[in-house]
Formats: sequence, C-alpha cells, structure tokens
Amino acid sequence: MDIRSAAETTATQDRATIERTSERELVVTRTIDGPRDVVFQAWTDAELFEQWWVPKSLGMKLLSCEIDARVGGGYRLTFDTGAAEPMAFYGRYLEVRPPSRLVWTNEEGDGDTVVTTVTFADEDGRTRLVVNDRYPTKEALDEAIASGATSWNDETFDQLDEILRRLATSGH
Amino acid sequence: MLTRAQHLSGAPPSLPLSIGLACHVRLSYTVNHMVQYPASRLDASFGALSDATRRGVLERLGRSDASITDLATDFQMTLTGMRKHVGVLEQAGLVTTRKVGRVRTCRLGPRRLEDETAWIEQQRRMWDARFDALEQVVAERRREEQSDGYPKRR
Repeated sequence: MDIRSAAETTATQDRATIERTSERELVVTRTIDGPRDVVFQAWTDAELFEQWWVPKSLGMKLLSCEIDARVGGGYRLTFDTGAAEPMAFYGRYLEVRPPSRLVWTNEEGDGDTVVTTVTFADEDGRTRLVVNDRYPTKEALDEAIASGATSWNDETFDQLDEILRRLATSGH
Repeated sequence: MLTRAQHLSGAPPSLPLSIGLACHVRLSYTVNHMVQYPASRLDASFGALSDATRRGVLERLGRSDASITDLATDFQMTLTGMRKHVGVLEQAGLVTTRKVGRVRTCRLGPRRLEDETAWIEQQRRMWDARFDALEQVVAERRREEQSDGYPKRR
C-alpha cells in the first residue's frame, strides 16, 4: 500500500490491520514479538503502559496514568493536547484474565460506553493481539467514524481557509 | 480541573476507538488527505466550500438528512437559491440528493466514504506506531528479567 511502510516491515514485524467486523465493532490485530505474559503485563502495569500507549508521533503527552487492572478496578489517563486543560479518559475493567484476555469500558462519552476487549494468543512464543472496540449501537460507530472522517466544524474550515489562501497565492 | 473529553475537542459523545486518541489527529489528516485529490476535484470541492451558506448546509446535513425546503427555511432563503447551493455541493460530490414524490432529500455525499477509508487508515497507522512502541517495551522488559533473574517490581 505504502512503499515506505512496506520497506520498513521486517520479517519479525507485522503491520496492524483494522476492520469494521460488524455494525458495532471495530477490530485491530497485530502480532507482537514477545511472549504473551510479558505483553499482557505491558497492558496492565501503568509503569510499562505509559511507555508505549502514546507514541511520539501522536503529538500528545501523557500527563498521568493510573491502572488498577482488577475486575471492578479502573484506569484513568490524562493528556496534554495543547489545549488549556488536560483531557481525561477513564473506565472500568470488566474482565482481567492474565495472560489471555482483558476487557474494559471507555466511559468518557455520555452514556455511549464503548467496550474494549483485548485477547492475547500465543503464536510460537509471539503474541497475536486482537483489540475489539464494541460500540453500543450501529449509529454510535457510524457517528464515531463520520466525526473522524468529516468533521465539518470551525477548525476544519479554518484549515481549509488557510489552504485556499495558499493555493490562491501560489497562482492555483 | 479536568474536562471531559468531548467538551474540549468538540467531538460528539462517542469517541473513536479506545481511549479516544484518534480524535486529535483527524483534523490535520482530513485536510492533508483532501490536498491529494486531483486538481479538478479539488477546485470543485474548494469552490463549493468557499461559501458560508454551503458550509452551513454541510454542517446541517452532518446532523441529519434534510429536504431542500427544510434547508431553505433553516437558512432563510428561497427554494431556488437553496437548489443552486445544493447543486454546487452535489457537483463536488459533497452532497447527494434523491427525489421521492415531490420532496428532494439531501444527505452528505460519497466523499464521506473516501474520508472514512482515510480515517480507518489513519487509525491503523496510529495502532502500528503504538504496537511498535509496545514491542520495544516488551523486549526491554525481557532483557531486564533475564539479567535480574526475576521480574523487577516497583
């Protein structure tokens, strides 16, 4: 698909796939080079989790990360997004079965709780990860995709205006 | 004080993918993606978007489909005037219309589908970056365990 990405892919490294598998589900999969007990630990130990969940390329900074990975326990992450106030994401763990399965809620949206299920499968010493985001309704997932795809708000139009100006001055 | 995510980002209540990270990368990506369109398509899109009423119509249709009459009422405009605006948006692929009986209903157009594909690809890249980092953490952790002989704890 992308020449540069393909060239970077080594024999031990897969690329993630992402697919809308049903009206309410988005699924991300990838194989990680490492045994699943360690991979599982990296999802449930805050000290490890905060080292990888927000890759530098996202342009966001993780300010705090609390994880209590027990059934009924919660997590809470706060981010610096460049806005005046930090942004918080939080939820509860519904299932914690080391080293094979982790289920949590994403409760930051009013009433529209997305449930994330991560399964860790052993593949000859490597770990096949399947991350499933289940939306409460088809409409909720449609809306999430549409809001990401076509966000017709002031900020978008400000950016468009800027491009229009650039095109105008370059004689387009 | 912490603010709930959707209040800051202006995003709707349901945040895309786990822990909502996607909503922050989408704006710049949507715009970048549009720049890659063929010039003629780009001209039509930008021409369509250069008018405040037409941008308003897109925002309005983002909330729900509407008839030309609804739109004309909302924007305090004649039916003929609104038909013209919708025509421009339709030409740019931003809106599609369908006539049932005497009512012409407008909705966001096929461009939306292309943008969805772009959004999915953007999500995929984010997860790849994340998983690359995870792989490094796991490798480091294994080295620590091997040199310590037992897992290092806080």
